[in-house]
Amino acid sequence: MIHTEQLTRTFVSGKETVEAVRGIDLDVAAGELVAFLGPNGAGKSTTLRMLTSLLPPTSGNATVAGIDVTADPAGVRSRIGYIGQKDGAGHNYRVWDELLLQGRFYGLSKDRAATRADELLGSLDLEAMKLRKVSTLSGGQKRRLDIALGLIHEPALLFLDEPSTGMDPQNRANLWDHILRLREEFGTTIVLTTHYLEEADTMAERVVVIDHGRIIADDTADALKAEQAGDRISLTIDAADLPTTRDVVGRTGTEVQEAPNAGGVTISFRVDAGPAALPGVLHALGDKGVAVRAATLKQPTLDDVFLNLTGRSLREGAEA
Amino acid sequence: MTTIIDSAATSDRIARRSLLGDIRSVWMRETLTILRDPFSLIFSLIQPLVFLGLFGPLLSGVAGEDGLGFGSTLQFFLPGVVVMITMFGTSMTGANLQFEIMTGAFERILATPLARPALLIGRALKELTPLVVQALIITLVAVPFGFEFFPGHIVVGLLILGVFGVGVGALSYALAIATRKNEWAFWAVQQSLLFPLLILSGMMLPLETGPEWMQVLSKFNPLTYIVDAERVLFSGTFDDRAVLFGLIAAVVTAAGGLWVGVRTVTKSIL
Repeated sequence: MIHTEQLTRTFVSGKETVEAVRGIDLDVAAGELVAFLGPNGAGKSTTLRMLTSLLPPTSGNATVAGIDVTADPAGVRSRIGYIGQKDGAGHNYRVWDELLLQGRFYGLSKDRAATRADELLGSLDLEAMKLRKVSTLSGGQKRRLDIALGLIHEPALLFLDEPSTGMDPQNRANLWDHILRLREEFGTTIVLTTHYLEEADTMAERVVVIDHGRIIADDTADALKAEQAGDRISLTIDAADLPTTRDVVGRTGTEVQEAPNAGGVTISFRVDAGPAALPGVLHALGDKGVAVRAATLKQPTLDDVFLNLTGRSLREGAEA
Repeated sequence: MTTIIDSAATSDRIARRSLLGDIRSVWMRETLTILRDPFSLIFSLIQPLVFLGLFGPLLSGVAGEDGLGFGSTLQFFLPGVVVMITMFGTSMTGANLQFEIMTGAFERILATPLARPALLIGRALKELTPLVVQALIITLVAVPFGFEFFPGHIVVGLLILGVFGVGVGALSYALAIATRKNEWAFWAVQQSLLFPLLILSGMMLPLETGPEWMQVLSKFNPLTYIVDAERVLFSGTFDDRAVLFGLIAAVVTAAGGLWVGVRTVTKSIL
């Protein structure tokens, strides 16, 4: 569905040349749900704009939905849906007018556009808003209308740029319900950008981590976490039990760390598959007569992955 | 792949779009703002009557001194008013666009396969749509005061104005994109270009009595040729070089404006 080779984009502002995207190689198969994750200014949106033919690449090439973005930008645009960061619908228009005209923009007949508009209003819970002016809609309703506008021509590939930025948790969950249902029903390929870690983690099947205009990791969220961070178990024990504990822990764990803690010692270590490893470690310690005072298991987030890859936390740079 | 992309309907649809169809769709979307808000339409129809009502008495005074008679003064003045309305309307094309750049609707429309020239032409035509009605109203109102009405000539005059207006609209569109970061800059540039162009075209007052430098400058103003052509046409003459020059000025403005406009759209990073 998407194939890029060394896709690059530089911007010149004054005397400065900014390399926003530096040679991205990416393949996305039909039906995938991919999230571009990275801090603001990492090059996510610039990449998306090149893939949607809104921005010509400086060098490299990209084929999207079977069409070369530089050779036939209009051909790419007629085969994809794009939902930008801001409100897609004109504020001075009625919901129904915008949907119908959007259909016309994609070359649908009047009848077809009306049928599609009705279907979408129904499936996105916007029927009651049909004749309302866009400026009177709530934030969540406007976002759902954006989705309807992006889907009017039934694209097989949908791009979303920061789809849930600024939404409250309830509306965000609602938005995701709609996106996931769409995918289930029509097998739509979905590519989105986000700087919400939780969103990339729970929703996307594949996470492409982008930083400084490059892809620095590309895998499922679980694989990234297992590979880049891993689970950590922490145990608090009496100082007297430390040698025995060290012995047991050394058999299953790596990256062992120790720290004194309120009359005892906390020993932490990395394991694979933490939830399965923890009972075994506790049993082995019990058999040797070690009384464990406290045990915690910490599973990594994508932020730990990003921290491990770049030495920086995503949260610092991210907007609330 | 799923049936969505391979369906006959999709490939048929992709083949069926045309430049004219795209222009029509864009024009329809813009014109909806007028239809859904008839208040603005009523005002735009009253505006030229106000010009005529306020200038008319002053003109009749001037006419009295010259001994030309009110009818022939109107014959000189009225085509100028029609051109002025066109300039006001089309040079503001970009103002509506700036609002949509700000809210995001423009980006959504850019992401559709619409042909780029259609985006500019469709918007400019919307500004020209009320013009047809405006021109007819003020012309008909002027008839009882001695204005001679030549419908066929006026239609040709409006067509030339339409072509010219598409060029001005496209330039205004490009200006809106260039100044998208600060709205006031759009108005500053639009206003400081609009009035010199209007005055240096001899639209309101004849330039023949002005200093020579003004007459020289007016020769480089495409609007001068448009105004001259409209005056000739509104007085019921086709057979005059001014009509040809006016048409050339209109076509050159439209071609130049569209070239600049389409370039700005494709090169811009919103």
